[in-house]
Amino acid sequence: MRYLRLLGTQLRTSLALGMQYRWEFLIDGALTVLYAFIGVVPLYIALAGRPPVGGWTFERALVVVGWFTWLKGILDGAVNPSLISVVDQIRQGTLDFTLLKPADAQFLVSTAKFELWKLVDILVAIGIFVYAFSALGRAPAPADIALSLGLLAAATLVLYSVWILVISAAFWVVRLDNLSYLFNSIFDFARWPATIFTGFWRILFTLVIPLALMTTYPAEALLGTLAPRTAALAALGAVIFALLARAVWKRAIGRYTSASS
Amino acid sequence: MSAGAVARALRAYPTLLRVGLAGAVAYRAEMLIWMLTTTMPLVSLALWSAVAASAPIGRFGARDFTAYFLATLIVRQLTGSWLVWEMNMEIRNGSLSQRLLKPIHPLLVYSAENLAAIPLRALLCVPVAALALVGAGGERFRAAPATLALFAAALLGAWLLNFFTMALIGALAFVMESSTAIFQIYLAGFMIFAGYLVPLELFPPALQQIAAVLPFRYTLAFPVEVVTGLLEPDAALRDLAIQWAFAVGTAAAALLAWRAGVRRFAAFGG
Repeated sequence: MRYLRLLGTQLRTSLALGMQYRWEFLIDGALTVLYAFIGVVPLYIALAGRPPVGGWTFERALVVVGWFTWLKGILDGAVNPSLISVVDQIRQGTLDFTLLKPADAQFLVSTAKFELWKLVDILVAIGIFVYAFSALGRAPAPADIALSLGLLAAATLVLYSVWILVISAAFWVVRLDNLSYLFNSIFDFARWPATIFTGFWRILFTLVIPLALMTTYPAEALLGTLAPRTAALAALGAVIFALLARAVWKRAIGRYTSASS
Repeated sequence: MSAGAVARALRAYPTLLRVGLAGAVAYRAEMLIWMLTTTMPLVSLALWSAVAASAPIGRFGARDFTAYFLATLIVRQLTGSWLVWEMNMEIRNGSLSQRLLKPIHPLLVYSAENLAAIPLRALLCVPVAALALVGAGGERFRAAPATLALFAAALLGAWLLNFFTMALIGALAFVMESSTAIFQIYLAGFMIFAGYLVPLELFPPALQQIAAVLPFRYTLAFPVEVVTGLLEPDAALRDLAIQWAFAVGTAAAALLAWRAGVRRFAAFGG
């Protein structure tokens, strides 16, 4: 309960900060639409008017792009901004102030900053869904929508956990520009259905870097083709991932020595 | 720069390269992460060969994609530059003042640091290249001396273009608080129009026309197309001239921006 109230306060601060930059909202919205269009081009080249690859036609793959855009909004709006600033705090030693506060450090660190104008991404994602399903000529079943939203929660949890792992690495290696750039380049491939990949890469993107869990499974759920067993395993996997990230974070914070000491 | 200054800079350059190499070895972990980032074309390779397995796209079959993306990997390793991050940091925290004290142009020192890191990057790159030549898609690489000479010139042009673009964007940090936002936009343009994700000739015509007038292609796709035999020799020579024109233009702009920026620069503490 206390944490909910804290979350509310952090959100209000971010909103107040965000309102100062109304122009960014507009520019960012325009850029998001543009990027979404351009991001679809490779899929269009690969799938439109060609035989389906791994069961994916262009219209079905668009549903994956929709979830990708949605998650990208969550990543850039709610996960990235706070966690990036942690790295600076570690380097400068100002993380002390956060650690001194009487609340869980991981919680404080993860909710420090939200960029609410990234909500535009979610609107774009909904637009993509509408287009994809009108091209498919049907609407998704309500049960499928519910299942895919549930899997979206699992996907968000995994995405967040991966970021916590990345941040934990910052306690060992001081500079992180590279690591976050690496993660973003890998995440870009979540735009593609993970089942297009074969062999080694499919295993990598399903189990090690779970891109499949982030975008492919929610898309399959929305299309109504996801096996219930896979959905259950995905949820389980997300929880295990989160616990792992929590454990690593605990270890990492134990190693923290303030910059001045 | 006077003739004496140029001669002095040339004498100092080998030493600067040695210092740069030592620096690159010292930051092995960062180097490793950076190398991993540059292996992203391997993912594209896996993806596109799977897509092309059933039927070729345009004139690209699975083996053509393999050759294309392996060449992309190699070119990117050999011509990449991350000067923007460094300049942003050094301008903001004032440590640039140490570079300004040295009797040699800081951009020259930066270039030496960048070039010296290339042997280390090649450690990853060369085995991959050898594998590619022996294995899949090997027959696509043109080994004629003329092509190799053209490839070398295109590589050097790509490196110069990359380096001075980075310097130009980095120099914006003199006037703005941070130029990384601009760099992100540049990077997005690069991802799309440099042929990094898809060979440019597969683009829809409208996007191809946009790509043709932008400099991005000359930083990556052009050398790749030369070495994988996608370009006719005549077209390649013409594009080489365009590439070097872009490189010289960017270099001039970067030097001007640098000179204007340094005047504004007031180091904090340092």
